[in-house]
Amino acid sequence: MIKAIIIDDEPLARLLVKEYLASYPDIRVVQECNDGFEGVKAIMQEQPDLLFLDIQMPKINGFEMLELIENRPHVIFTTAFDEHAIRAFDNHAVDYLLKPFSKSRFDKAIQQFNNLHKQNRIMPTTELLETAAALPQQKARVVVKTGGKIKIIPTSAIHYLEAADDYVKIITNEGSFLKNNTMAHFEKVFSESEFVRVHRSYMVAIEQITRLELYEKEGYLAMLRSGARVPVSKAGYTKLKKILAL
Amino acid sequence: MSRSLLSSSRNKWIFLICWVVWALAHFGILYGWEMNWQTSATDAMLSNFLLAGACLLIFNNLRFYRPKRYAPLFLLALCLAVTAFWLFLTDLALKFLLPTQDSFISASRPVRFNIGFLLTGCSAMISLLWYHSEEQHDNMQLKLETESIAKDAELYSLRQQLQPHFLFNSLNSISALVGSDPELSRKMIQQLSAFLRGTLNKDDKGNIRLSEELEHLELYLEIEKVRFGHRLQTLIDVQDQDLLIPPMVLQPIVENAIKFGLYDTIGVVSIEISSRREGNDLVITVQNPYDPETADPRKGTGFGLNSIRRRLFLLFSRNDLVTTSYDQSTFKTIVKIPQYDQGNNN
Repeated sequence: MIKAIIIDDEPLARLLVKEYLASYPDIRVVQECNDGFEGVKAIMQEQPDLLFLDIQMPKINGFEMLELIENRPHVIFTTAFDEHAIRAFDNHAVDYLLKPFSKSRFDKAIQQFNNLHKQNRIMPTTELLETAAALPQQKARVVVKTGGKIKIIPTSAIHYLEAADDYVKIITNEGSFLKNNTMAHFEKVFSESEFVRVHRSYMVAIEQITRLELYEKEGYLAMLRSGARVPVSKAGYTKLKKILAL
Repeated sequence: MSRSLLSSSRNKWIFLICWVVWALAHFGILYGWEMNWQTSATDAMLSNFLLAGACLLIFNNLRFYRPKRYAPLFLLALCLAVTAFWLFLTDLALKFLLPTQDSFISASRPVRFNIGFLLTGCSAMISLLWYHSEEQHDNMQLKLETESIAKDAELYSLRQQLQPHFLFNSLNSISALVGSDPELSRKMIQQLSAFLRGTLNKDDKGNIRLSEELEHLELYLEIEKVRFGHRLQTLIDVQDQDLLIPPMVLQPIVENAIKFGLYDTIGVVSIEISSRREGNDLVITVQNPYDPETADPRKGTGFGLNSIRRRLFLLFSRNDLVTTSYDQSTFKTIVKIPQYDQGNNN
């Protein structure tokens, strides 16, 4: 038995997927969700094998929701019209359904899922999500899970990022949040004019820096508006010097 | 401004070579006429150097000023004046440099004048042709640019009007309804068609009645209600429906309200549209909820109302016709449509 979850903010769109799925008795829709918030909860509960995911949804979009999921199932994306998202799918050879889609097109997507599922594989989405995170509408914010809640952090509220094992700690006005991602990811997503990787484990919002202080031998500390001190490596200092025109 | 006739180095060379050839011919004729070579050379170089200057004067004059009326008369007068001036200068200079050739200088004056007049006339003709073709080229370029800008704008507005996201999602809903509720699907196809037809017919044909615009809006809202089920509620309280508004003003405001109030929120939402007359203005208020976590109403006009503000400014020369206000969870757009030109547009 294959467990599936449909996430779409339009009830009729979900109805159509269910109708098309009627010819696949081995796929069972265990939950339907109206938005990414419900989606995250349902996926944690059910650990599904297959996800039908709309991109444009209220508050957080499909990509942002997927970022919050740790063991991602196979995803069949659905979208009506979003040039950026479609370009991202094409670039990463990720399958997607353009609404309104036909039964035969739908069958093809299921077939692809079945083929991968038999080999115990899923469609990789990490790189797709990285591209999506850099899209204009997503770049301005970071979505994190904190406790049982989902928090949307505007990029402008971030002071600095700190690597913490498999996570990145995001330090803001309102405290710090963990995101299951890598520093390299944020280095790609954030624009160079706003954030600098000053250290292997640190990335700082440029406008937060008030001054640099010499620290031990060959090391520096960046003093931030908030009073925080962030270690700066030798390479980081060279970068900062260029940006701040010291 | 057209390019100068001598702006390309190719033309400069042609100009120079012509004058060298002309001066050599001049020299040849005088020398053949048994003048001594010093006199011939001085005369050829001096006369033609000054004449070249005179022609440059004409080029420049015609570059900056070309008469639209009485052009032949103007050209004739210009060439005569420049030639006379040139002859006067040449006379003075030749008399100074060749004090012994007084009689030759006086005798050749009519011939000099004729030759000078011919050459300045030629220059005037050439430069007129050149600047004319330059002007045409410039105009063509300008026209092409204007056309391409207009085309881009048209494409953009077409796309905006068609709202691909709305259209494809509606079609998807219809596709779903075909299986479960064929009757409703048929109704939705009709509503969507009526809405699209209304959108296509909305070329700028002047003001329309508020009631007409509302009918179009109802279609739109009905479709959204089918798409989003019970989530969308609308409250429409309009008075003075016979008052006039420009087309495509209210529609984008309501679309905006839907975009932030419905597409970007969770749970049941209510969108309110009301209108009333206030003095000479029709005042329309659109109110929608918004999510302060994902939308920031302080950002400029917040919600992309700039193009409507711009349109109304073009129509009424007033900047205060679109105002917005908000609190913790609702956003309000108020648009005023002055009614003073009602008589002209009906």
